[in-house]
Amino acid sequence: MAQTADAMTAGSSTIKSDQKKWTYRGLRLTLYVYLTLGALFVMIPYFWMVSASFKNEGEIFETGINLLPRDWTLYNYRTVFDEYQITRWLLNSFLIGFILLASNLTLTVAAGYAFARLRFWGRDVLFFIYVGAMMVPIQVRLIPSFLIVKEIGWLNTYQGIASLQLIEFFGVFLVRQFMLNMPRELEDAARIDGCSWFRVMWQIIIPNSKPALAALAIFTFTAAWNNFLWPLVVINKPEIMTIQVGLSAIKGETIPWGILMAATTISAIPLAVMYVLLQALFTQGIVMSGIKG
Amino acid sequence: MASQVEDQNRRTALSSLWRYLQNDEARSGMLFVLPSLIFFFVFIFYPVAYSFYLGFHEWNPLEPTPTFIGLDNFQELLTTPDFVRTLFNTFYFVTVAVALMVVGAILSALALNQGIKAETFFRGLYYSPVVTSLVATAVIWLWILDPDLGFMNSLLAELGLPEPRWAASRTWAMPTVILTFVWREIGYFTVIYLAGLQGIPDTLKEAAKIDGAGPFQLFFYITVPLLMPTTLFVLVLGILRATQNSFAVVWVMTGGGPVGATNVMVVYLFQNAFEFFRMGYASAVSLFIFILIFGLSLVQFRLIGARTEYL
Repeated sequence: MAQTADAMTAGSSTIKSDQKKWTYRGLRLTLYVYLTLGALFVMIPYFWMVSASFKNEGEIFETGINLLPRDWTLYNYRTVFDEYQITRWLLNSFLIGFILLASNLTLTVAAGYAFARLRFWGRDVLFFIYVGAMMVPIQVRLIPSFLIVKEIGWLNTYQGIASLQLIEFFGVFLVRQFMLNMPRELEDAARIDGCSWFRVMWQIIIPNSKPALAALAIFTFTAAWNNFLWPLVVINKPEIMTIQVGLSAIKGETIPWGILMAATTISAIPLAVMYVLLQALFTQGIVMSGIKG
Repeated sequence: MASQVEDQNRRTALSSLWRYLQNDEARSGMLFVLPSLIFFFVFIFYPVAYSFYLGFHEWNPLEPTPTFIGLDNFQELLTTPDFVRTLFNTFYFVTVAVALMVVGAILSALALNQGIKAETFFRGLYYSPVVTSLVATAVIWLWILDPDLGFMNSLLAELGLPEPRWAASRTWAMPTVILTFVWREIGYFTVIYLAGLQGIPDTLKEAAKIDGAGPFQLFFYITVPLLMPTTLFVLVLGILRATQNSFAVVWVMTGGGPVGATNVMVVYLFQNAFEFFRMGYASAVSLFIFILIFGLSLVQFRLIGARTEYL
């Protein structure tokens, strides 16, 4: 009786380890199937976009899945560049992006540094206000800001587009957080040597904050590049449009898919190139902060 | 006598101000904060206050001045079927989108965290839609889901399945915009979940394995509970992003249609302000959004503290 029981447990344990092996294999297979399906889900839209941008009109109107163009043509790209001011829109977006990058970094670093490293009257109350400012959605600022910008005569100007986002208060929070973690001794030595607070910031704190600043720079530039709502409100002249507003304007005219896809491809290239070159920086920012909506 | 005391007080006040200005650290601090503080007053504080003012007025910018109408805007807000519809649509969009994003992101993060060789490649790939603008995403998906020529319906036709009219159909328009939004956002939350997963100590998993836990038990009894703080955080962030960023996708793909089927709050606000020029009413809508987002952000801000502690 005891023997049979032993035999039974022995048998079941080999079955069990066999089962384990199969579960493991099954899971590995599921894993790769999942990853591949996910990759297809991400890639197919891009692929379908780029492929359409090289198809001639006849091929676009064929039903069925033709993954690659039969006769590759640059017609769509030529049309986009000839008939729309897309080069101008790209330049506008770059310009706005760099203005906002400069203003955000300057204002954010100055404020973040003051909040993290300096003692002054009202500092904590002010920081509390800044945290509150971080939570104010763009929607509630939209109408009054539009009225202000209109009043100053800045509709359809670069200043008008840039004004609302000269600083993103969430950046102050991020930078302060980062600068808080540096040891006090860093600046003490410099202060004893008679450095001004500005020089302490410039020569000691900023060089030590590079990771946070790089993440902030990437975040600011991509946000500026992809921003849509505010530019849509303040621009209606084609020559001032950013690439996003321009693209939505092209989409508004009923034009052939091939041309629209060529325009979309062009609009996505600058950030795509940046992403390929600086990939790690893009995700680092999220992990560091993970907070901006 | 009284004037002497007053004088004295004034002098101490003046001298403390003077001493304050003499203090290099305080002066520098104020100076560094000043530019952003000015920005705060002009482009945040004043607009919010002005929105509150406009919310109680009726105003078409072609008229010289706003007319005070008390609570009429808010009353209209709560009684008009349009706004109630908008609320429902926002709720629909946000809940379905966030649910899909959370499930997609957990699964993707988990798959990426298995120590496979191509992890960097897949992670880079999964994140790439986040770098694509919402406008471009919307246009690309309109093309994929074009009822006659799009990839999706060609595929469905090959498989012999019914072909929906997607963005042009009243029932399918909402799933269309949600799918588009989710496609772009999953990568963002995947990265957050990956950080969460990497924060779970290996010792816990090892201990559970020694106790005989299989992969599924490991997932449901160790990974999921320990990811709770991340999930909570992702939920709030997801709601925030979905509520606000639905604008670009909906605006480009459907403009809120067909027949209001995809009209969400942020689009409704834009239409009332910049198409119907009802600045007062639109401001009332914006205040509603403001309170919603501000409240959620407060919750989220509390979570950041909890989350960093956990990580």
